[in-house]
Amino acid sequence: MNLEELEQIAVTEREAREKVRHEVRVCMAAGCLSCQSQGVKDALTAEVKNRGLEETHKVKGVGCMGLCSEGPLVATSEKQMYKHVASADAAALVNSLDGEPVKRLDCPTDVPFFQRQKKIVLENSGVIDPERIEDYIAEGGYRAIVNALSDMMPQEVISEITTSGLRGRGGAGYPTGLKWSTVSRADGNPKYVICNADEGDPGAFMDRSVLESDPHRVLEGMLIAAYAVGASEGFIYVRAEYPLAIKRLKTAIRQAERLGLLGTNICGTRFSFRIDLRLGAGAFVCGEETALIASVEGKRGTPRPRPPYPAMSGLFGQPTLINNVETYANVPPIIRNGGAWYAEIGTEKSKGTKVFALAGRIENTGLVEVPMGITLRDIVYDIGGGIPEGRKFKAVQTGGPSGGCLPADCLDMPVDYESLAKAGSIMGSGGMIIMDESSCMVDVAKYFMDFCMTESCGKCVPCRVGTYQMHRILSAITNLTATEPDLKMLEELCDLLKNTSLCGLGQSAPNPVVSTLKSFAEEYRAHIHDKKCAAGVCGAHENGGDEKSKPEEKNEARELSEVGA
Amino acid sequence: MSPTNVVKPGTKPVQPASNVKTLQIDGKDFSARPEETILDVARQNKIFIPRLCELEGLSDVGACRLCLVEVKGSNKLLPACVTRVYEGMEVTTNSPRLAAYRRMIIELLFTERNHICSVCVSNGHCDLQWMAQKLGLTHVHFPYRYPKANVDASHERFVIDHNRCILCTRCVRVCDEIEGAHVWDVMGRGIDAKVVTDLNEAWGNSETCTSCGKCVHVCPTGALSEKGHAVAEMEKRRHFLPYLTMMRESQE
Repeated sequence: MNLEELEQIAVTEREAREKVRHEVRVCMAAGCLSCQSQGVKDALTAEVKNRGLEETHKVKGVGCMGLCSEGPLVATSEKQMYKHVASADAAALVNSLDGEPVKRLDCPTDVPFFQRQKKIVLENSGVIDPERIEDYIAEGGYRAIVNALSDMMPQEVISEITTSGLRGRGGAGYPTGLKWSTVSRADGNPKYVICNADEGDPGAFMDRSVLESDPHRVLEGMLIAAYAVGASEGFIYVRAEYPLAIKRLKTAIRQAERLGLLGTNICGTRFSFRIDLRLGAGAFVCGEETALIASVEGKRGTPRPRPPYPAMSGLFGQPTLINNVETYANVPPIIRNGGAWYAEIGTEKSKGTKVFALAGRIENTGLVEVPMGITLRDIVYDIGGGIPEGRKFKAVQTGGPSGGCLPADCLDMPVDYESLAKAGSIMGSGGMIIMDESSCMVDVAKYFMDFCMTESCGKCVPCRVGTYQMHRILSAITNLTATEPDLKMLEELCDLLKNTSLCGLGQSAPNPVVSTLKSFAEEYRAHIHDKKCAAGVCGAHENGGDEKSKPEEKNEARELSEVGA
Repeated sequence: MSPTNVVKPGTKPVQPASNVKTLQIDGKDFSARPEETILDVARQNKIFIPRLCELEGLSDVGACRLCLVEVKGSNKLLPACVTRVYEGMEVTTNSPRLAAYRRMIIELLFTERNHICSVCVSNGHCDLQWMAQKLGLTHVHFPYRYPKANVDASHERFVIDHNRCILCTRCVRVCDEIEGAHVWDVMGRGIDAKVVTDLNEAWGNSETCTSCGKCVHVCPTGALSEKGHAVAEMEKRRHFLPYLTMMRESQE
């Protein structure tokens, strides 16, 4: 495979497209599939076939279009989208292709939700068929790696990434260029490249969507990384709860291997790289890099103290580059367009765009990609469409169980790594859960503590026992049986866990509690002193405050766990 | 030219010996080899750093978090058992903050399972009990959990009482690294984690156990004991461990 052959595939694919007069795109990502978009696609295909229009009309399954709450989504042109499409609407949609749009299903695309996004990672999502490599190549795919292999030294690739200012999208925001450069300089052979696709934050589905909508982008990112650091083997650690992502990744790897874009002597050079999948067995802590590496090695997924960092001694004791799905997905466009192009987007210290998964009490639930530095208000009210049913915004939770809850007075803060950290939360992997006045912040804190307690690996004492004790206190507060000394104890435990836990899970487990204690202290006081919950969520329950005994509609915890499913 | 830059004839600037690091622990100067940890240096120089999961001769896991120390220039507390020394390191092994954290960690261990010393075979010979006394723990202010934990007495010579286990994983490591049998491992997550023999089978039915008893003797508490001991009678003998390690190293 060289650049000409790649171009030939792209040209053939584009010619085939030109013959098609109407392309009907049906979202085939997890969100829409779960509301029967497969049936919609089958019905549309059958309708086209019945009318004998296969030559000019093409029905294509594509990745996520973003507005998951309105699915199944169908796009008939760049400007025309339909929402809540059912199989029965197939005839009407095919009729509309050469006539007037179907009004009752119309999904306006000139709204801020679509207009204010800036798509780099998601540029192909909802456009290409994730199960066809030719579609990806036609959109300029694999050009970056072929170019890099023929025209760039590994050092130049790294310097391009460094120039771009890209930072790790897994949450901590470590400069990607620096990490690559460290691994490339580390002594040891072989070296490994790992893609962390163990996305586990409640309410977050960015990585899942990227893998389901554009898996080749991640493979290309890993290829470029492997070339830059000198690795010849890579692993994608993807959680087993994402069967569709796994299926599409397997297909993508097979296709890339067939075209000689993965395997030995790629593009006729001495560079060889192969990628294997490793499936996570459902432990949240395996998203922590050292635990993930242990799990890939076939050991129990528990973290170990760092240093040594994986860049020095990682998988099987070898230098290992480990990045998140979204980080790799950013790499091909950076190499294609140059680091300087990327560095123009975003803020001074946080470059580029970030994908956020909007969930909770917000009008437009779904996936958005926005430039760094946009304000929370723009995301919540403009892009997200505000809070439904005329309720009042209360808080936004970012960063999952490691993050915090930001109150209304943080709404005008720019969204970047530093600002979020200063406000007591973190960027995290990109989950944003919006809460309105019907949510009780103590209950939210308890929900996340319950998550950390059950997901603690049990290795170090502060996290194993501390999360249990904190959860016990928070349960007492939400049962309205807690006293003032309990609150003091809670603060002591927050401090202990933050400073003494072994890994990031334990160190950041107190964050939801600390941030709600800071911004919503009066709610804690009301629960403890006045035995009242303003949101009406908490109260004494017959089964001693058991989760399941709560009224369904008021139970934030249940709702969040459904979102994260 | 300032006088400090003048090198007197016949003298050379002193080069530090390449493989020796000098560091300060609690204000005193020490030297160490680069592969040594803070705990190694402290141990050689009779500086006490509390720990429960660490045992000389076994690999270090940094799990109990008692050996956390303050290192100047680092905003994080670092575990002495796995942190390598470096030139000019300044370590503080004890401070009011560290003492408070250590006491809380011991407290959490006491609340986690049923550590009732008065009826324990290891009473008076227990690392956890000793550490609590040494760290000045007078009472536990967190509520106890009182879990229902099992006792497995199916082995003909030994007993495991999960009520006393603190999950230090010394038994797991000694069985894997020294005996080479890997009978023990950890199952479950978080507060539900526990040590198991084979694939969570009764110890007496274990086909891999060699009945060597190393696990029993490295266990810091009364969780693992030999049968036939009454309250406070179970004393652990650990001299075999440094001896075995030394013999192995000499053969390598």
